[in-house]
Amino acid sequence: MEVAEAKSKKAGPRQCSTCNERRAALKRPKTLEQICRECFYAVFEEEIHQVIVENQLFKPGERIAIGASGGKDSTVLAYVLSELNRRHNYGLDLFLLSVDEGITGYRDDSLETVKRNEIQYGLPLKVVSYKDLYGWTMDEIVKMIGLKNNCTFCGVFRRQALDRGAAMLKVDKLATGHNADDIAETVLLNILRGDIARLSRCTSITTGEDGPIPRCKPFKYTYEKEIVMYAYFKRLDYFSTECIYSPNAYRGFAREFIKDLERIRPRAILDIIKSGENFRISTSAKMPEQGTCERCGYISSQKWCKACVLLDGLNRGLPKLGIGRARGLNNGLEKDSKQTNGTKNIQSKQCGTLDF
Amino acid sequence: MQLTLEFGGGLELLCNSVKVHNVTVDPQDGEEKLTMKKLLSWVRTNLIKERPEMFMKGDSVRPGVLVLVNDCDWELSGQLDTILEEKDVIVFISTLHGG
Repeated sequence: MEVAEAKSKKAGPRQCSTCNERRAALKRPKTLEQICRECFYAVFEEEIHQVIVENQLFKPGERIAIGASGGKDSTVLAYVLSELNRRHNYGLDLFLLSVDEGITGYRDDSLETVKRNEIQYGLPLKVVSYKDLYGWTMDEIVKMIGLKNNCTFCGVFRRQALDRGAAMLKVDKLATGHNADDIAETVLLNILRGDIARLSRCTSITTGEDGPIPRCKPFKYTYEKEIVMYAYFKRLDYFSTECIYSPNAYRGFAREFIKDLERIRPRAILDIIKSGENFRISTSAKMPEQGTCERCGYISSQKWCKACVLLDGLNRGLPKLGIGRARGLNNGLEKDSKQTNGTKNIQSKQCGTLDF
Repeated sequence: MQLTLEFGGGLELLCNSVKVHNVTVDPQDGEEKLTMKKLLSWVRTNLIKERPEMFMKGDSVRPGVLVLVNDCDWELSGQLDTILEEKDVIVFISTLHGG
Protein backbone atom coordinates (compact mmCIF):
# COMPACT_ATOMS: atom_id res chain seq x y z
CA MET A 1 0.00 0.00 0.00
CA GLU A 2 2.65 2.47 1.05
CA VAL A 3 4.87 1.41 -1.78
CA ALA A 4 2.06 1.93 -4.25
CA GLU A 5 1.54 5.44 -2.93
CA ALA A 6 5.19 6.21 -3.24
CA LYS A 7 5.21 4.98 -6.79
CA SER A 8 2.23 7.09 -7.71
CA LYS A 9 4.07 10.15 -6.52
CA LYS A 10 6.63 9.68 -9.17
CA ALA A 11 5.21 7.89 -12.13
CA GLY A 12 1.52 8.03 -11.34
CA PRO A 13 -1.26 9.97 -12.97
CA ARG A 14 0.74 13.11 -13.59
CA GLN A 15 -0.19 13.52 -17.17
CA CYS A 16 0.20 16.65 -19.23
CA SER A 17 -2.86 18.85 -18.71
CA THR A 18 -2.63 20.03 -22.31
CA CYS A 19 -2.31 16.84 -24.39
CA ASN A 20 -3.45 14.33 -21.76
CA GLU A 21 -1.09 11.84 -23.32
CA ARG A 22 2.47 12.30 -22.18
CA ARG A 23 3.96 12.49 -18.73
CA ALA A 24 4.12 16.03 -17.31
CA ALA A 25 7.67 17.38 -17.02
CA LEU A 26 7.17 20.68 -15.26
CA LYS A 27 4.78 22.92 -13.42
CA ARG A 28 4.32 26.24 -15.16
CA PRO A 29 4.79 29.11 -12.69
CA LYS A 30 2.48 31.37 -14.69
CA THR A 31 -0.52 29.03 -14.72
CA LEU A 32 0.41 26.19 -12.32
CA GLU A 33 -0.42 23.77 -15.15
CA GLN A 34 1.40 20.45 -15.32
CA ILE A 35 2.73 20.13 -18.78
CA CYS A 36 4.86 17.74 -20.82
CA ARG A 37 8.02 18.75 -22.63
CA GLU A 38 6.54 18.93 -26.11
CA CYS A 39 3.52 20.98 -25.03
CA PHE A 40 5.85 23.20 -23.00
CA TYR A 41 8.05 23.96 -26.02
CA ALA A 42 4.95 24.80 -28.05
CA VAL A 43 3.33 27.08 -25.47
CA PHE A 44 6.62 28.74 -24.49
CA GLU A 45 7.41 29.67 -28.08
CA GLU A 46 3.82 30.59 -28.93
CA GLU A 47 3.52 32.98 -25.97
CA ILE A 48 6.67 34.79 -27.04
CA HIS A 49 5.36 34.96 -30.60
CA GLN A 50 2.10 36.48 -29.30
CA VAL A 51 4.04 39.07 -27.26
CA ILE A 52 6.04 39.99 -30.37
CA VAL A 53 2.92 40.30 -32.53
CA GLU A 54 0.69 42.08 -30.02
CA ASN A 55 3.34 44.63 -29.15
CA GLN A 56 4.58 44.98 -32.74
CA LEU A 57 8.15 44.52 -31.59
CA PHE A 58 9.50 44.01 -35.11
CA LYS A 59 8.62 45.02 -38.66
CA PRO A 60 9.33 42.92 -41.76
CA GLY A 61 12.74 43.61 -43.24
CA GLU A 62 14.25 45.00 -40.05
CA ARG A 63 17.77 44.28 -38.92
CA ILE A 64 17.74 43.17 -35.28
CA ALA A 65 20.69 42.77 -32.92
CA ILE A 66 20.33 40.35 -30.03
CA GLY A 67 22.36 41.44 -27.00
CA ALA A 68 24.26 38.20 -26.39
CA SER A 69 26.29 37.46 -23.28
CA GLY A 70 26.42 33.71 -23.61
CA GLY A 71 24.19 33.44 -20.53
CA LYS A 72 20.88 31.57 -20.35
CA ASP A 73 18.51 34.40 -21.26
CA SER A 74 20.31 35.68 -24.32
CA THR A 75 21.11 32.17 -25.51
CA VAL A 76 17.45 31.13 -25.33
CA LEU A 77 16.45 34.46 -26.91
CA ALA A 78 18.78 33.90 -29.86
CA TYR A 79 17.50 30.35 -30.31
CA VAL A 80 13.80 31.20 -30.03
CA LEU A 81 13.99 34.35 -32.16
CA SER A 82 15.73 32.60 -35.01
CA GLU A 83 13.20 29.77 -34.74
CA LEU A 84 10.18 32.13 -34.74
CA ASN A 85 11.69 34.23 -37.51
CA ARG A 86 11.74 31.13 -39.71
CA ARG A 87 8.44 29.67 -38.59
CA HIS A 88 6.36 32.84 -38.86
CA ASN A 89 8.28 34.58 -41.64
CA TYR A 90 9.07 37.71 -39.65
CA GLY A 91 11.50 38.62 -42.41
CA LEU A 92 14.16 39.76 -39.92
CA ASP A 93 17.91 39.87 -40.32
CA LEU A 94 19.19 38.72 -36.93
CA PHE A 95 22.64 39.42 -35.48
CA LEU A 96 24.37 38.58 -32.23
CA LEU A 97 25.97 41.55 -30.49
CA SER A 98 28.36 40.97 -27.60
CA VAL A 99 30.31 43.29 -25.38
CA ASP A 100 33.79 42.32 -24.28
CA GLU A 101 34.31 44.13 -21.00
CA GLY A 102 37.82 42.74 -20.69
CA ILE A 103 37.32 40.54 -17.65
CA THR A 104 39.78 37.66 -17.68
CA GLY A 105 38.35 34.34 -16.60
CA TYR A 106 34.79 35.53 -17.10
CA ARG A 107 33.97 37.35 -20.28
CA ASP A 108 36.64 35.65 -22.33
CA ASP A 109 35.02 32.31 -21.45
CA SER A 110 31.46 33.45 -22.02
CA LEU A 111 32.46 34.92 -25.39
CA GLU A 112 33.54 31.45 -26.42
CA THR A 113 29.96 30.36 -25.78
CA VAL A 114 28.64 33.19 -27.96
CA LYS A 115 31.05 32.16 -30.70
CA ARG A 116 29.62 28.64 -30.58
CA ASN A 117 26.09 30.11 -30.69
CA GLU A 118 27.12 32.02 -33.82
CA ILE A 119 27.79 28.72 -35.54
CA GLN A 120 24.95 26.73 -33.94
CA TYR A 121 22.25 29.25 -34.86
CA GLY A 122 23.88 30.65 -38.00
CA LEU A 123 23.69 34.24 -36.75
CA PRO A 124 26.52 36.67 -37.55
CA LEU A 125 28.32 37.92 -34.43
CA LYS A 126 29.77 41.34 -33.68
CA VAL A 127 31.91 41.88 -30.58
CA VAL A 128 32.64 45.39 -29.29
CA SER A 129 35.21 45.79 -26.54
CA TYR A 130 35.65 48.34 -23.77
CA LYS A 131 39.31 48.46 -24.67
CA ASP A 132 38.56 49.62 -28.22
CA LEU A 133 35.72 51.95 -27.28
CA TYR A 134 37.11 53.50 -24.11
CA GLY A 135 40.76 52.54 -23.96
CA TRP A 136 40.26 50.61 -20.71
CA THR A 137 39.39 46.99 -19.90
CA MET A 138 37.40 46.23 -16.75
CA ASP A 139 40.47 44.45 -15.40
CA GLU A 140 42.43 47.70 -15.75
CA ILE A 141 39.60 49.75 -14.26
CA VAL A 142 39.34 47.45 -11.24
CA LYS A 143 43.10 47.63 -10.80
CA MET A 144 42.74 51.38 -10.55
CA ILE A 145 39.53 51.82 -8.58
CA GLY A 146 39.24 48.58 -6.62
CA LEU A 147 36.10 46.53 -6.14
CA LYS A 148 33.85 49.38 -5.09
CA ASN A 149 31.67 51.03 -7.73
CA ASN A 150 33.22 48.95 -10.50
CA CYS A 151 29.73 47.79 -11.49
CA THR A 152 28.78 51.42 -12.10
CA PHE A 153 31.54 51.75 -14.68
CA CYS A 154 30.68 48.44 -16.25
CA GLY A 155 26.94 49.13 -16.42
CA VAL A 156 27.29 52.60 -17.90
CA PHE A 157 29.92 51.48 -20.38
CA ARG A 158 27.97 48.40 -21.43
CA ARG A 159 24.80 50.31 -22.14
CA GLN A 160 26.68 52.64 -24.45
CA ALA A 161 28.80 49.86 -25.94
CA LEU A 162 25.67 47.99 -26.99
CA ASP A 163 24.31 51.12 -28.66
CA ARG A 164 27.57 51.71 -30.47
CA GLY A 165 27.80 48.09 -31.57
CA ALA A 166 24.20 48.26 -32.78
CA ALA A 167 25.06 51.39 -34.78
CA MET A 168 28.05 49.61 -36.36
CA LEU A 169 25.79 46.72 -37.36
CA LYS A 170 23.31 49.27 -38.74
CA VAL A 171 20.46 47.51 -36.99
CA ASP A 172 17.02 49.01 -36.46
CA LYS A 173 16.52 47.61 -32.99
CA LEU A 174 18.25 45.81 -30.15
CA ALA A 175 16.51 42.88 -28.43
CA THR A 176 17.66 41.95 -24.93
CA GLY A 177 17.02 38.86 -22.82
CA HIS A 178 15.53 40.60 -19.77
CA ASN A 179 12.92 38.26 -18.36
CA ALA A 180 9.86 38.71 -16.13
CA ASP A 181 11.85 38.05 -12.95
CA ASP A 182 14.43 40.69 -13.95
CA ILE A 183 11.73 43.26 -14.62
CA ALA A 184 9.85 42.59 -11.37
CA GLU A 185 13.17 42.94 -9.56
CA THR A 186 13.86 46.25 -11.30
CA VAL A 187 10.40 47.60 -10.44
CA LEU A 188 11.08 46.90 -6.77
CA LEU A 189 14.58 48.38 -6.92
CA ASN A 190 13.34 51.57 -8.54
CA ILE A 191 10.72 51.93 -5.81
CA LEU A 192 13.33 51.31 -3.12
CA ARG A 193 15.62 53.89 -4.69
CA GLY A 194 12.85 56.41 -5.32
CA ASP A 195 13.91 56.52 -8.95
CA ILE A 196 10.71 57.79 -10.55
CA ALA A 197 12.19 58.27 -14.00
CA ARG A 198 13.38 54.66 -14.22
CA LEU A 199 10.29 53.29 -12.52
CA SER A 200 8.12 54.80 -15.22
CA ARG A 201 10.09 53.26 -18.07
CA CYS A 202 11.42 49.99 -16.69
CA THR A 203 8.26 48.07 -17.51
CA SER A 204 8.05 49.29 -21.12
CA ILE A 205 8.53 46.45 -23.53
CA THR A 206 10.13 48.84 -26.01
CA THR A 207 12.24 51.81 -24.93
CA GLY A 208 14.24 54.50 -26.64
CA GLU A 209 11.93 54.82 -29.61
CA ASP A 210 12.84 58.50 -29.85
CA GLY A 211 16.55 57.62 -29.91
CA PRO A 212 18.64 56.08 -32.67
CA ILE A 213 18.30 52.45 -31.61
CA PRO A 214 15.18 51.34 -29.72
CA ARG A 215 15.47 48.35 -27.40
CA CYS A 216 12.89 45.69 -26.77
CA LYS A 217 12.39 42.83 -24.34
CA PRO A 218 10.58 39.87 -25.93
CA PHE A 219 10.90 37.94 -22.61
CA LYS A 220 9.09 40.61 -20.59
CA TYR A 221 6.43 38.10 -19.53
CA THR A 222 8.63 34.99 -19.62
CA TYR A 223 9.53 33.41 -16.30
CA GLU A 224 13.16 32.71 -15.58
CA LYS A 225 12.24 29.21 -14.45
CA GLU A 226 10.80 28.46 -17.88
CA ILE A 227 13.80 29.93 -19.68
CA VAL A 228 16.15 27.71 -17.70
CA MET A 229 13.91 24.64 -18.13
CA TYR A 230 13.72 25.30 -21.86
CA ALA A 231 17.49 25.61 -22.10
CA TYR A 232 17.94 22.47 -20.03
CA PHE A 233 15.47 20.29 -21.96
CA LYS A 234 16.77 21.54 -25.31
CA ARG A 235 20.36 21.14 -24.13
CA LEU A 236 21.19 24.67 -25.23
CA ASP A 237 24.78 25.68 -24.74
CA TYR A 238 25.05 28.54 -22.24
CA PHE A 239 27.55 29.96 -19.81
CA SER A 240 26.69 30.37 -16.16
CA THR A 241 29.47 31.77 -14.07
CA GLU A 242 28.95 34.83 -12.00
CA CYS A 243 31.06 37.85 -12.86
CA ILE A 244 34.21 37.75 -10.75
CA TYR A 245 33.85 41.43 -9.87
CA SER A 246 30.16 41.52 -9.06
CA PRO A 247 29.46 42.22 -5.39
CA ASN A 248 25.80 41.68 -6.20
CA ALA A 249 24.64 43.35 -3.01
CA TYR A 250 21.56 45.54 -3.36
CA ARG A 251 20.06 43.90 -6.43
CA GLY A 252 20.87 40.56 -4.87
CA PHE A 253 18.50 41.24 -1.99
CA ALA A 254 15.69 42.29 -4.31
CA ARG A 255 16.34 39.20 -6.38
CA GLU A 256 16.19 36.89 -3.41
CA PHE A 257 13.00 38.56 -2.22
CA ILE A 258 11.38 38.02 -5.62
CA LYS A 259 12.39 34.35 -5.60
CA ASP A 260 10.97 33.92 -2.08
CA LEU A 261 7.70 35.50 -3.22
CA GLU A 262 7.63 33.27 -6.28
CA ARG A 263 7.85 30.19 -4.12
CA ILE A 264 4.79 31.27 -2.13
CA ARG A 265 2.82 32.62 -5.09
CA PRO A 266 4.38 32.41 -8.55
CA ARG A 267 1.93 34.96 -9.99
CA ALA A 268 3.57 37.60 -7.80
CA ILE A 269 6.16 38.21 -10.52
CA LEU A 270 3.59 39.12 -13.17
CA ASP A 271 1.62 41.11 -10.59
CA ILE A 272 4.63 43.25 -9.70
CA ILE A 273 5.19 43.98 -13.39
CA LYS A 274 1.51 44.90 -13.66
CA SER A 275 1.85 47.22 -10.66
CA GLY A 276 4.88 48.83 -12.25
CA GLU A 277 2.96 49.40 -15.47
CA ASN A 278 0.05 50.98 -13.65
CA PHE A 279 2.01 53.59 -11.75
CA ARG A 280 0.88 57.03 -12.81
CA ILE A 281 3.64 59.51 -12.27
CA SER A 282 2.44 62.86 -10.96
CA THR A 283 2.82 65.58 -13.58
CA SER A 284 4.49 67.77 -10.99
CA ALA A 285 7.33 65.25 -10.51
CA LYS A 286 10.54 66.68 -11.90
CA MET A 287 11.89 64.43 -14.65
CA PRO A 288 15.38 64.76 -16.08
CA GLU A 289 15.40 66.34 -19.51
CA GLN A 290 16.99 64.28 -22.25
CA GLY A 291 19.63 66.02 -24.28
CA THR A 292 22.88 64.96 -25.87
CA CYS A 293 26.37 64.75 -24.46
CA GLU A 294 28.51 67.67 -25.57
CA ARG A 295 31.53 65.46 -25.71
CA CYS A 296 30.44 62.32 -27.54
CA GLY A 297 26.89 63.05 -28.71
CA TYR A 298 25.29 60.18 -26.77
CA ILE A 299 21.89 60.79 -25.12
CA SER A 300 22.33 62.46 -21.76
CA SER A 301 20.32 64.49 -19.29
CA GLN A 302 23.51 66.28 -18.28
CA LYS A 303 26.08 68.29 -20.18
CA TRP A 304 28.27 65.21 -20.41
CA CYS A 305 26.95 61.69 -20.50
CA LYS A 306 27.71 59.40 -17.61
CA ALA A 307 30.25 57.40 -19.59
CA CYS A 308 32.23 60.53 -20.48
CA VAL A 309 32.22 61.70 -16.84
CA LEU A 310 33.47 58.31 -15.66
CA LEU A 311 36.03 58.06 -18.44
CA ASP A 312 37.31 61.57 -17.77
CA GLY A 313 37.77 60.59 -14.13
CA LEU A 314 39.69 57.46 -15.09
CA ASN A 315 41.94 59.28 -17.54
CA ARG A 316 42.71 62.03 -15.04
CA GLY A 317 43.42 59.60 -12.27
CA LEU A 318 40.30 60.72 -10.33
CA PRO A 319 38.12 57.63 -10.68
CA LYS A 320 35.61 58.77 -8.04
CA LEU A 321 34.25 61.41 -10.41
CA GLY A 322 30.64 60.70 -11.24
CA ILE A 323 30.16 58.02 -8.59
CA GLY A 324 27.25 58.38 -6.22
CA ARG A 325 24.44 60.83 -6.26
CA ALA A 326 25.79 63.71 -4.20
CA ARG A 327 26.07 66.97 -6.08
CA GLY A 328 29.55 67.64 -4.79
CA LEU A 329 30.98 64.71 -6.65
CA ASN A 330 30.65 66.51 -9.93
CA ASN A 331 33.08 69.13 -8.66
CA GLY A 332 35.98 67.88 -10.66
CA LEU A 333 34.02 68.46 -13.81
CA GLU A 334 33.15 72.03 -13.18
CA LYS A 335 36.31 73.34 -14.71
CA ASP A 336 35.51 71.66 -17.97
CA SER A 337 31.78 71.83 -18.09
CA LYS A 338 29.00 73.28 -16.03
CA GLN A 339 26.03 71.27 -14.87
CA THR A 340 23.16 72.39 -17.01
CA ASN A 341 20.61 72.02 -14.25
CA GLY A 342 20.28 70.94 -10.69
CA THR A 343 19.21 67.35 -11.36
CA LYS A 344 21.04 64.64 -9.53
CA ASN A 345 23.77 62.62 -10.95
CA ILE A 346 22.74 59.16 -12.07
CA GLN A 347 22.83 56.99 -9.02
CA SER A 348 25.55 54.48 -8.56
CA LYS A 349 24.04 51.19 -9.53
CA GLN A 350 25.30 47.70 -9.09
CA CYS A 351 24.76 45.36 -11.91
CA GLY A 352 24.16 42.18 -9.94
CA THR A 353 22.91 39.55 -12.28
CA LEU A 354 21.42 41.88 -14.85
CA ASP A 355 24.40 41.43 -17.00
CA PHE A 356 24.13 40.78 -20.69
CA MET B 1 21.28 3.19 -3.38
CA GLN B 2 23.07 4.55 -6.38
CA LEU B 3 22.13 8.00 -7.57
CA THR B 4 23.43 10.39 -10.18
CA LEU B 5 23.53 14.01 -9.10
CA GLU B 6 24.10 16.79 -11.57
CA PHE B 7 24.85 20.42 -10.75
CA GLY B 8 24.43 23.19 -13.29
CA GLY B 9 23.86 26.89 -13.80
CA GLY B 10 26.90 27.70 -11.67
CA LEU B 11 26.12 25.37 -8.74
CA GLU B 12 28.94 23.09 -9.85
CA LEU B 13 31.32 25.77 -8.58
CA LEU B 14 30.21 24.90 -5.07
CA CYS B 15 31.39 21.31 -5.50
CA ASN B 16 34.89 21.65 -6.90
CA SER B 17 33.53 22.47 -10.38
CA VAL B 18 32.44 18.87 -10.87
CA LYS B 19 29.07 18.71 -12.61
CA VAL B 20 28.19 15.04 -12.39
CA HIS B 21 28.54 12.98 -9.22
CA ASN B 22 27.77 9.29 -9.05
CA VAL B 23 27.06 8.61 -5.43
CA THR B 24 25.75 5.98 -3.08
CA VAL B 25 23.32 7.27 -0.47
CA ASP B 26 21.33 5.07 1.85
CA PRO B 27 18.36 5.86 4.06
CA GLN B 28 19.43 6.43 7.63
CA ASP B 29 18.08 6.11 11.13
CA GLY B 30 16.25 2.90 10.37
CA GLU B 31 14.16 4.52 7.66
CA GLU B 32 13.29 2.49 4.62
CA LYS B 33 13.09 5.23 2.06
CA LEU B 34 15.27 8.06 1.00
CA THR B 35 13.47 11.37 0.52
CA MET B 36 14.71 14.49 -1.23
CA LYS B 37 14.82 16.17 2.15
CA LYS B 38 17.34 13.63 3.39
CA LEU B 39 19.28 13.76 0.15
CA LEU B 40 19.63 17.53 0.36
CA SER B 41 21.13 17.35 3.80
CA TRP B 42 23.46 14.59 2.59
CA VAL B 43 24.54 16.75 -0.36
CA ARG B 44 25.16 19.70 1.87
CA THR B 45 27.36 17.64 4.18
CA ASN B 46 29.16 15.57 1.58
CA LEU B 47 29.34 17.44 -1.72
CA ILE B 48 29.08 21.19 -1.11
CA LYS B 49 32.54 22.51 -0.45
CA GLU B 50 31.83 26.24 -0.19
CA ARG B 51 29.08 28.81 0.25
CA PRO B 52 26.32 26.33 1.17
CA GLU B 53 23.91 29.28 1.40
CA MET B 54 24.06 29.49 -2.41
CA PHE B 55 22.54 26.02 -2.53
CA MET B 56 20.25 25.75 0.46
CA LYS B 57 17.96 27.91 2.53
CA GLY B 58 16.48 26.26 5.60
CA ASP B 59 16.01 22.58 4.83
CA SER B 60 15.23 23.09 1.14
CA VAL B 61 17.10 24.42 -1.86
CA ARG B 62 17.47 28.14 -2.11
CA PRO B 63 14.58 29.71 -4.03
CA GLY B 64 15.77 30.07 -7.63
CA VAL B 65 17.41 26.64 -7.70
CA LEU B 66 15.49 24.26 -9.98
CA VAL B 67 15.36 20.58 -9.15
CA LEU B 68 14.54 17.77 -11.55
CA VAL B 69 14.14 14.12 -10.62
CA ASN B 70 14.53 11.92 -13.68
CA ASP B 71 14.04 15.01 -15.86
CA CYS B 72 10.80 15.90 -14.13
CA ASP B 73 10.29 19.13 -12.16
CA TRP B 74 10.28 18.20 -8.47
CA GLU B 75 7.29 20.50 -7.97
CA LEU B 76 5.33 17.67 -9.59
CA SER B 77 6.68 14.92 -7.36
CA GLY B 78 6.24 16.45 -3.94
CA GLN B 79 9.45 18.49 -3.58
CA LEU B 80 11.09 17.58 -0.26
CA ASP B 81 8.80 14.56 0.14
CA THR B 82 9.80 13.04 -3.19
CA ILE B 83 10.91 9.48 -2.58
CA LEU B 84 14.02 8.45 -4.45
CA GLU B 85 14.71 5.12 -6.04
CA GLU B 86 17.73 3.20 -7.24
CA LYS B 87 19.46 4.83 -10.26
CA ASP B 88 17.45 8.05 -10.05
CA VAL B 89 19.03 11.09 -11.68
CA ILE B 90 18.65 14.33 -9.74
CA VAL B 91 19.56 17.62 -11.39
CA PHE B 92 20.06 20.93 -9.60
CA ILE B 93 20.23 24.08 -11.71
CA SER B 94 20.70 27.59 -10.41
CA THR B 95 18.76 30.29 -12.22
CA LEU B 96 20.55 32.98 -10.32
CA HIS B 97 23.50 33.65 -12.59
CA GLY B 98 23.71 36.22 -15.35
CA GLY B 99 21.57 36.22 -18.40
